[in-house]
Amino acid sequence: MLNYIVRRLLIALPSLLGISIVLFTVLALAPGDPFEELATNPNVPAEVRMMLRQQFGLDDPVWQRYVRWLMSMLQGDWGFSFQSRVNVDQLILQRLPTTIVVIGLSQVLAILIALPVGVLAAVKPYSWFDRIASTIAFIGFSLPTFFTGIVFILFFSIYLGWFPFVYRSDISSTGWQFFWDHFKQSIMPITVLALFQAASMMRYVRSAVLDVIRLDYVTTARSKGLTERTVINKHVVRNALIPVVTLVALQMPAVFGGAIVTEQIFRVPGIGSLLIDAILRNDTPVIMAVTFVLSCLVILFNLLADVIYGWLDPRISYG
Amino acid sequence: MADVIADPDSAGAQRVSGGGTLGPGPEPQLGKAVASISPWQEAWRRFKRHRLAYWSLWVLGFMVLAVLLGPLFYKVGINDVDFQSRLAGPSLKHPMGTDDLGRDILARVLYGGRISLAVGLAAMLMAISVGVLIGAVAGMARGWVDAVLMWVTDLFLSLPQLPLLLLLIFLFREPLKQAFGLELGIFILIVAVIGGFRWMPVARLVRAQFFSLREKEFVEAARALGASTPRQVVRHILPNSLGPVIVAATIDVAAAIIAESTLSFLGLGFPPDIPTWGRILYDGRDYMDLAVHWAMFPGLAIFLTVLTINFIGDGLRDALDPRRVL
Repeated sequence: MLNYIVRRLLIALPSLLGISIVLFTVLALAPGDPFEELATNPNVPAEVRMMLRQQFGLDDPVWQRYVRWLMSMLQGDWGFSFQSRVNVDQLILQRLPTTIVVIGLSQVLAILIALPVGVLAAVKPYSWFDRIASTIAFIGFSLPTFFTGIVFILFFSIYLGWFPFVYRSDISSTGWQFFWDHFKQSIMPITVLALFQAASMMRYVRSAVLDVIRLDYVTTARSKGLTERTVINKHVVRNALIPVVTLVALQMPAVFGGAIVTEQIFRVPGIGSLLIDAILRNDTPVIMAVTFVLSCLVILFNLLADVIYGWLDPRISYG
Repeated sequence: MADVIADPDSAGAQRVSGGGTLGPGPEPQLGKAVASISPWQEAWRRFKRHRLAYWSLWVLGFMVLAVLLGPLFYKVGINDVDFQSRLAGPSLKHPMGTDDLGRDILARVLYGGRISLAVGLAAMLMAISVGVLIGAVAGMARGWVDAVLMWVTDLFLSLPQLPLLLLLIFLFREPLKQAFGLELGIFILIVAVIGGFRWMPVARLVRAQFFSLREKEFVEAARALGASTPRQVVRHILPNSLGPVIVAATIDVAAAIIAESTLSFLGLGFPPDIPTWGRILYDGRDYMDLAVHWAMFPGLAIFLTVLTINFIGDGLRDALDPRRVL
């Protein structure tokens, strides 16, 4: 098992390197100079500007800049935000937990919705329940997250007044009230993201269960006299979950995309809104680091899926 | 290889009209009654049985017509400012109401629809062309070429798309604007960026199809008769792998429309004076308590378009899969 994980890690490394090269090339090719502001400022003499450029190594060949950048990335030195005058790693560490909590909870909620609905739909394919569930799933993933978010705000915040529609990080209450307020303002972003995920997940679960339920070993289990409940829960669902795990992990880039949009709608102070702010302010080190962190997270989730896959499916050998 | 790229599109156009033949099709000779129906007619018959897909085709067709021909009949300018009726709700004069400057929302939605549909189609064509090309090369060449191409495909699949999309658009917006003008530059950029991030599933699909098809007897027969590799690909293998590609192409149009709207919604799409659906929605969201219609109509337009395209894709999946009994 350990051997398998190590091997998977070694396969993931080149992808990580590839992503860093792609990122760096994009930035190197692009116009836009972080020292533009200094160049147009008449109070800064040209010599000082040249000194600064030299100090930050902006005039070196591209590959030298890449190697230097990669080395400092690996050492945890992610640079200094041009705009907020804080170290980038601190900035990201501040924002990352919120995003992880929102994404994590929405995934859990999505699984809680998608799994039972998908299994029930597949057990009786083409029944009324299946038709209605499949149609709703179609509607679910045809609704872009920004539109669902707006409809939610309109209905739950403006008409009903149940939830606040702007996420606040400076809640003054303490104790249980503090948790309750945080919970209340997180409900809408989490639900919007979860519904979008649940829609496609439900279809995966349904087709995976449909693939498994026709197999001979299920007939065997039935003819042994096991109850339908046992057959479905212990024999069918367990095996149907194996491909679902991979598909969920492959969805992770889309989930991060959805999180950026939801954070923007509800003004959640997560890593996504940090990215948008940084892009609008031409804050290169932050953009770079956030994109890199998101890529690493995606690769991490793929790795996790592979490991879980190997653990769930005895046909895969670790040798 | 240019033929390989052009082929799926022309074949796709053929299938819409219901005519044309598929070359050595996947349907075996089952008897005279069946042989008189072409594969595309058979697909159309099967497509009609998916009722939601069939009705979606009508709804989408109506919307496309409205967007294309609507501005010819509905002669209200997208920038006609009317301060008398600011934020007015839907009425006979303004069927979808007005925005904060009194501009007619129906006119803006019709105009935005053209851009959204154009972006969707162009990005789909780009994604399918790149995907088919890479998939076909990997599937025919095999060996190290296949390994490298699939590594690149996997790498692209694990890139976080939206952040990179935002980054690319932000960085390359100005130079393209200067090179091609405001609207065309942004259009090219958005199409290239969306298309450039959606070819991977198609490439994998085509590669898998090529792997199984190139070992089939009819391809072997063609090879034995001395058909060159390009001829084997264009004439025999590619037409038979088109079914899943057409389905993927349909879904890609919907995905590209969503992506474009998302970019506009985040303020990084077309400039503010060009009303795309995402942009109108973005502008309207600050006035939701006063003028619900402003955000709702463009949102509904996006939703309906994407939903009908997805249903049509689902219907095509059923119709173009010869193993499926309907």
